[in-house]
Order: sequence, then structure tokens, then C-alpha cells
Amino acid sequence: MKLEALIACFGQMSCVVTQSTSALIIGMLLFLVASGVTLIFGVLNVVNFAHGTLYMLGAYIAYTIYQPTESYALAVLGGALGVGVFGILFERFLISRVYGQDVLMQLLVCYGVVLVMDDVVKIVWGVDFMKMGMPAAFRLPPIRIGGGFVPPFYLFLIGISMVIGLGLWFVITRTRYGKMIRAAAVNPSMVSALGIRTPVLFASVFGLGALLAGAAGALAAPVRALTPGMGFSIVIESFIVTVIGGMGSIGGAFAAALLLGFARSFGSVGFPLFVDGLMFLIMGLVLIFKPAGLFGRPPR
Amino acid sequence: MKIGGEKPARSLDRRNLMKGAAVLGATTLAMPNIVAAQNKGPIKIGFPSVFSGIFALLGQSSSAGARMEIDKVNAAGGINGRKLELVTRDSKGKPDEATKVVRDLVNSDGCEIILDAETSASAFAVQELVREIGVLCIHTNSETSSLTANPKIAAATCFRSARQGIHDAIGGGQYAAEQVRKKNLFKFVTAAPDYAYGRDNTAEFMEYAKYFEPRIEVVDQAWPKLFQPDFTEVVTKILQAKPQALYTAQFAGDLVALIDQGLLYGLFDKIETFSVNLGDYGVLTQVKQLPPGLHSGTRYNRTVPPTPENEAFYTEYTKRNTDHKICNWSWENATGAKFMIEALKKNNGGTDGKKLAEIMSDMKIDSPFGVDGTLTMRGSDHTVINYVVGYGVTVPKEPYIRDVFTAKWGPILEHEADWKKRKGYV
Repeated sequence: MKLEALIACFGQMSCVVTQSTSALIIGMLLFLVASGVTLIFGVLNVVNFAHGTLYMLGAYIAYTIYQPTESYALAVLGGALGVGVFGILFERFLISRVYGQDVLMQLLVCYGVVLVMDDVVKIVWGVDFMKMGMPAAFRLPPIRIGGGFVPPFYLFLIGISMVIGLGLWFVITRTRYGKMIRAAAVNPSMVSALGIRTPVLFASVFGLGALLAGAAGALAAPVRALTPGMGFSIVIESFIVTVIGGMGSIGGAFAAALLLGFARSFGSVGFPLFVDGLMFLIMGLVLIFKPAGLFGRPPR
Repeated sequence: MKIGGEKPARSLDRRNLMKGAAVLGATTLAMPNIVAAQNKGPIKIGFPSVFSGIFALLGQSSSAGARMEIDKVNAAGGINGRKLELVTRDSKGKPDEATKVVRDLVNSDGCEIILDAETSASAFAVQELVREIGVLCIHTNSETSSLTANPKIAAATCFRSARQGIHDAIGGGQYAAEQVRKKNLFKFVTAAPDYAYGRDNTAEFMEYAKYFEPRIEVVDQAWPKLFQPDFTEVVTKILQAKPQALYTAQFAGDLVALIDQGLLYGLFDKIETFSVNLGDYGVLTQVKQLPPGLHSGTRYNRTVPPTPENEAFYTEYTKRNTDHKICNWSWENATGAKFMIEALKKNNGGTDGKKLAEIMSDMKIDSPFGVDGTLTMRGSDHTVINYVVGYGVTVPKEPYIRDVFTAKWGPILEHEADWKKRKGYV
């Protein structure tokens, strides 16, 4: 434990700026993945253990598009949409068959997809790790703010992630489609009785969750190594975010992702050997004192 | 009503039960060898490694290296009429799974030798199991020094064909000390994966860097988890420590991610960087904006040593394997397979673990990876010596590394002997 280093960090503007930017970038990318997990759980009551695979596919598709075009925008768009479509197919052909079934059955199906897709990635892209490379527009030196370092690319990622998050909030709370989603999360039978085609709605929700994971993978591709199975570690952190925020709560996922981002960033200064432990400690405390999560509703 | 039948004429008392269990145990342990001796089929070589998930490159490149040597001997008719068959199994990088896989390879698949291409995390567990089974086992990837150097951990039939952390640390420490002395930069931070390899490697490197240049001090250390998706917090932690130099034992995709994320913060403009694992082709070709002047261990490079034999190995490997780049694991496994083959030849194809261990101790083989064209399997601690321990400056194009400093083995062995004494290993 290096508490003196943490206290010294809070006393320096440069350290606060650098670590806060680091916290925001860790948190916002985590939010994009976790929001999909929580959306799918909230509406479909499915714990999508294969969400990390969707993140991985987003990164690989973006890589494939970026190589010939060198267009990061196209790569992100392709990665997000491609995984969105994959998500719809995944829901229609597999997940829809385990609705309402035991969580172990869902786990089995999802784990099967994880293994198959890891092998597909190996066949298509090979076992070597890959790098997309930094888009030319972002090959810039870090900006100095208050003596701290802020990479322009991370400012972009934080901004775009916030825009996506706000867009998601708008869709869920301010549109007819969002109303249908919220209604289906509470009473799918009633939604169906009102003439709304719930299978289409469910597929679209799963597709939207997948699209968010694909977008996160594609956005992060320039700074992460692409390897088969790369989604595994991110899915664990996403589930921690979902549990802390409250299963099914988008706002909760946002707050929890930022909380974990700050815990990781400042934790690495003050508790360098306990950064991962800190995440689990926060999760444990939340489960003890607020079992439904920070923004989750207790089961009725 | 009486429950149960008549008592048997002779009851199964504890002594008889123990006898029976002992006979059963001995039979089970001996069974693979009995089966093998009767079998005129191929000599099966068990090959546990990681073939799935994020670390699948380990299994792929390791098995490709081993197959190059095995295919050669099979093409020449095998050993004493028996071909060699590599039986690969995926341990998924989990130590408990690795021991289960090795047990199955020996007991169910009839493997008579183990080429253990596991990471350090699993190699220790495999070694404990092999101590019971008694087959010949060559660790082809684990570089953690204590695996073979510590006599309490070492096992009679276990060897190592991988480079060893302490050797790299002595050569690398000497190189780093010279570099930082020239530039008057002595404040180091370190970043290494948080498991046996990362911890040992970093401690040994810094120990020898300080030995060769006592003004060196470590001002902070970061221990990211293996395959952590984001290293931003590691980069910012390094920046906060305001160091003059960085040593990192990160490898493969984690190293590439650390460099790319460090580039965003201009990390490498500010400090002198030493990375033992940067020199692998897979890493160097994937870092798209490789900063100039990073220092790296040579790991595997077609020009180090600059011999026709090394170039021929590179050419053949890349021709046979188009799905991944040649790397350090490739030569380490080819070397393990070659030592095994030479020992088998000298034993007329016999696979008894103790006999093969005797033959392999102090065995010398011709090799493209040796400093003088040979490698020796040192008998005192069952580990390979005389391979190239090099450091140089990375460049973004072929040959990817220049100004190579090659450490001399005389001083390496002297320092290693001192290190063993200090550790209480001798």
C-alpha cells in the first residue's frame, strides 16, 4: 500500500489530470460493453456470457476494414453494425431457444459460442496477435493540461463514448421504441397482447446490446492487441460493473463503470498490488449493503 | 431378520487392503511403460501447451518448432524403426488442467516422454507430477530460473531447453548498465506481468543492472495482470514516478498494447526503455509506430547469430508456418525436441526416463542457436546453456534489431554460480 503516494497525487494537479483522464477512458469503454450486458439482462433476462466475444468480433471486423481503407470511421461503423447483425442472428438461432430456461442452460449456450467464435477467429485471422495501428489523425503528442498528460485519442474516445451513452439514454427514455423495451422488461406478455411483435423486439434489443459491444471493441482496437479470446477479461469486468450498477440499469452501469475506472486509475497509485482486488472489494461491499446494486431495483 | 450374508472365509483386513492398493498402484504406474515396451508403434511424445484462448500462439509456435525436428527424424525412418508421434493437448493455460492433461497423456494415450510447452505457471505443477511418474520431461518454454536451479524444486528426469531468466538478466543487466551510464540515467521503473515469470525476471534483471551500475535505483514498480485489456493505469503510474528508464518483462500482445498505449502519452520520448521480449518478430511487426531506440533482448532473430544454419531454420519455419510468425518459443521447442531425439538415438529408442536423463546430462548438440554452433544441456541443473544472450536497439524494418551486444558465457556462468550460492541452491 502506498497511501503517501496517493495523497501526494491528490496534491498535484498534473497527477489528478493524468489519472482522471485515465479513469474516464477505462470507465467509458467499460460502460459501452457493460451497458449491452445490462440491457440484454434487463429486457430478456439473459445473462450473456458471450458478450466478450462480441467485443472481440467488433475489434477484428474493424481491423479488417481498416487495413485496406485506413478509415477509422468506417472501421468503427463496420465493427459495430457487423456485430449488431451477428447479435440478431445469435439471438434468433440460439438465445431465443433458452428464454426462461435455467441460467446454466444459458451459460452452456453462451460458452459454446465463445469457444466456437474463438476458433473461427483463429481460422480466419490466425493465432498471432494483431494491431490495427493508430489512425493518422490521432498520431499527436499528448495535450498538457495542468501539467498532466491527456492523449487526444483518449479525449476522442471519451467524447464518442459519452455521445453513444447519451444516445442510448435518449432511445430508452424518450422514444416509442424505448417505451416498448421498458414495457417488455416489466411484462412481455402484456406487450405481446398489445400487438407488438416481441420476438422482433427481443432480437433488436439483443442486436443493440451486441452493437454496443462491437462499437467498444472497434473503438478500442487502435490501442489494444487483438487476439483470439481477448474478450474474456473484459467480460469479467463488465459483469462486475453490471452487478455494482444493478442488473438491468443503464444509469447504474454508467456510474459503476466510472467508479471502477477511478478505482483502477487512482488505485494503481495508492494500492498498486490490490487494483483488481479493489474492484472485487467494491463489488462485495455493494452486494452486502445494497444487494440489488447501486441503481438496481430489489426483486418484487 | 439378519441383514447381510455370511462373512467371507477371509475378511479384507487393513493389511491386505494396503497390500492390494500397493500392487494396484505399482501396476498403474508401470502400465504405460509395459504397454509401450510391448508396442511396436510410434514413440508417443506428450505435448501439453495452450492451444486455445488469448495465449494460443504459445501452443501453435511451440508445436511448430518441435515438429520441425520430429518430422526430420521421421523422414529418415524414425529411431530404431519407430516413428515419433507428437500428441498435443490443450491445458488452456491452467496449472490444474496441465497436470490432468499430462496424467492423461501418460496413462491413457501411452506417451512415453513429455515435451512440456507450458507457461511457467503450469510448468511447476507439471514437474511435480513428473517427479511421481518418472518419464523424461523437457520444459520447453518456462524461463523461470528456480524451476531447474532450485534443487528442492528440480526433478531427476526433468530438463529445460528454454532460455533461463537468470542468464538473460546477467547479459541484459550488463547491457542496460552500460547504456544508462553513457546517458547518466539511473532512476528505473519496472512493469511486468504479475506471476512467477514476471516477478522473477524483473527481480533478476534489476539485481544485475544494479550490480553492474550501483547508481541504478528502482523508484516504482507496476504489476499488471496477464492479458489485462487496458494498460492506461500502468502508463500513467509510470509517468507519475518520473523515471529516467523503464524495464519491462511484458510480452506478446500485452507488450504491444503497453507500447501503443504508452505512445499516446509520449512515454518513450521521455525515458530509456529496456524490454527483454520486444525483439520477437510478432511484436516488432505489430507495433505500427515503433519508437526509435528501444532496447530489446534478441529472443529469436534470423540474424542473431548471423549464420547460414540460423537463416536456414528461419526459412524453413516460415515456409512451413504461414499462420503465425516465428518467435522465441519456436527455437526453444525445436531445441527441446532435438535434445530428446539425440538422447533417444543414443538409447536405441528406449524411453526409460532415468536412462534418458543420464544420457541427456551434459549432452552437447549442434544447433543454429548456440553462440559457437552448439548447445549444452548442463548436467548439474538440467538446463540448456551456450545459447545467444543478446541485446540491441530495435528498428522498424528488417533486421528489426541493430547494434547487437552478445553476452559472453564465461562471465554469465560465473555470475550465475554466485547467484546460486546466494540463493542457497548450491
